[in-house]
Amino acid sequence: MDLFEYQARDLFAKHDVPVLAGEVIDTPEAAREITERLGGKSVVKAQVKVGGRGKAGGVKLAATPDEAVARATDILGMDIKGHTVHKVMIAETAPEIVEEYYVSFLLDRANRTFLSIASVEGGVEIEEVAATRPEAVAKTPIDAIDGVDEAKAREIVEAAKFPAEVADKVVNVLVKLWDTFIKEDALLVEVNPLAKVASGEVLALDGKVSLDDNAEFRHPDFAELHDKAAANPLEAAAKEKNLNYVKLDGEVGIIGNGAGLVMSTLDVVAYAGENHGGVKPANFLDIGGGASAQVMANGLEIILGDPDVKSVFVNVFGGITACDEVANGIVQALKLLEDRGEKVEKPLVVRLDGNNAELGRKILTDAAHPLVQRVDTMDGAADKAAELAAAK
Amino acid sequence: MAIWLNKDSKVIVQGMTGATGMKHTKLMLGDGTNVVGGVNPRKAGTTVDFDGTEVPVFGTVKEAIEKTGADVSVIFVPEKFTKDAVVEAIDAEIPLAVVITEGIAVHDSASFWAYAGKKGNKTRIIGPNCPGIITPGQSNVGIIPGDITKPGRIGLVSKSGTLTYQMMYELRDIGFSTAVGIGGDPIIGSTHIDALAAFQDDPETELIVMIGEIGGDAEERAAAFIQKNVTKPVVGYVAGFTAPEGKTMGHAGAIVSGSSGTAQAKKEALEAAGVKVGKTPTETAKLAREILGG
Repeated sequence: MDLFEYQARDLFAKHDVPVLAGEVIDTPEAAREITERLGGKSVVKAQVKVGGRGKAGGVKLAATPDEAVARATDILGMDIKGHTVHKVMIAETAPEIVEEYYVSFLLDRANRTFLSIASVEGGVEIEEVAATRPEAVAKTPIDAIDGVDEAKAREIVEAAKFPAEVADKVVNVLVKLWDTFIKEDALLVEVNPLAKVASGEVLALDGKVSLDDNAEFRHPDFAELHDKAAANPLEAAAKEKNLNYVKLDGEVGIIGNGAGLVMSTLDVVAYAGENHGGVKPANFLDIGGGASAQVMANGLEIILGDPDVKSVFVNVFGGITACDEVANGIVQALKLLEDRGEKVEKPLVVRLDGNNAELGRKILTDAAHPLVQRVDTMDGAADKAAELAAAK
Repeated sequence: MAIWLNKDSKVIVQGMTGATGMKHTKLMLGDGTNVVGGVNPRKAGTTVDFDGTEVPVFGTVKEAIEKTGADVSVIFVPEKFTKDAVVEAIDAEIPLAVVITEGIAVHDSASFWAYAGKKGNKTRIIGPNCPGIITPGQSNVGIIPGDITKPGRIGLVSKSGTLTYQMMYELRDIGFSTAVGIGGDPIIGSTHIDALAAFQDDPETELIVMIGEIGGDAEERAAAFIQKNVTKPVVGYVAGFTAPEGKTMGHAGAIVSGSSGTAQAKKEALEAAGVKVGKTPTETAKLAREILGG
């Protein structure tokens, strides 16, 4: 889960990483009172989860409370690279910036550990610095158990060649930032820029945080950080039903069991679509191993509720779960939906393979639902589903 | 021969007395797996009856090893307690720990992986969030259906459970030496490379099927390894060509970040290393069949 800047700021503040004051609002008028409290001037910052908002006009200085309201009015509702601005942060204006640095901690998948990245050339995208001046970027592996203490932080500071006069302050920031990383179960904590200001202080002026959804069990507060406004309504409805669903932009609704098989199903449907007017998968939906009739019905309800969907491909490999149970699930699910008053009008192509496939296929054949077609290979079923979607 | 698991493997189940553990212990026993015990400190000293097979419950992994000579542990405990369970297995120096549990926090996986390293890597870890490992006809540890295929000459390593089953099914007439699901989490124990190296050394394995998916660079690393070290034919499949950037596709690790972790890049890297990569699971199976002439 990627956080907004204001949420990152709040987490930094919670763990004593030095930040400027700032509050988030979603109506322009609220900017006045906050700016007054900040001493009459502020920075109005668009809250979007995409880079380059400054260039897009999403960050503006306000010299008076009235101006803050005006700038907030401009920025709220703005479109930045396809992201609508629903919130702005009214932040304390930064003191004069002398130097801009970069520091982060992140997951290093390849080495199965954590990594620190630091550079004295911050304020721009770190990927850019890494590409043009790799010697200016210091990467230091972090042991997941030993973590970052003062000595480790000093090692990072030395590797990145921070100026001596800020070394102690950056060490302090790194230790606090590591605290944030560990205690919040983060996958990324990034400060860019970490600024040295005229007074000599070192401040985190902007930041990115990504949290591990799998750690929600020990962080009940994660629930409040979810961006409900941005969630696609179908994704939100699926989440409520505990379904693993991602909305895509095609026409063939997909239901399958197992993440890998469903990813593969999307690909196979996209290939098949090349022969059928370019139709594509409409979604990712993994109903998991022991898909009961109830789960199948919930899944079908989401898929059939998507106006973009023209046909549905149910792709199940019976592993531990037997295909006859899955077939019964499909038949019951359709009945359940009809009993709920949902009109099922879209054609379904079902492919069952694996454990008890013959029995499962027979159940579907015997049920003879007018909308359900059986195709017994994955590639063949994908082709049929694409053909049906293209014909609509 | 096979890799990592054979008929002599003595298996204990951490979390055997939970619902999932009970269900799969029964299935594993049915597949001929030599399950010698379960671990649950609150039920130590009792036994559990699985259709006439009495399996004793021990208080700790250490005790289970001392009393049974177990050399494999399969872990079914809930995600909150998985890290402690794996650490216990590592402390007991069990040679193989297979972590089935899904939804483990990355900090926990990173932590037990680092711990295994500090303890000298005496425990091979498979998983987490994986279906386990099967050597058909000999032993089955985890949740892979035991009746899809028979013993044979293909070695399989995969990030995905259901794609493992699909591929085993497509090639069921040829059969498998060992199939191992390494899991789709960002941090896993054994990697594609570990399995490729073991299959290369396994005289019973004639061809290796490798299944990858979007996210990370494990497939690219595996490609480099294959080029240098694997002389047996390798057939590959990568899932997730149509996955959008920045969205997690089911598995916690299955995410394209910016331009990294794409299926296209993985396919190209594998092909550059001489791996034949199928467009669909069925086409991949066909490529394997052509090479084996079966």
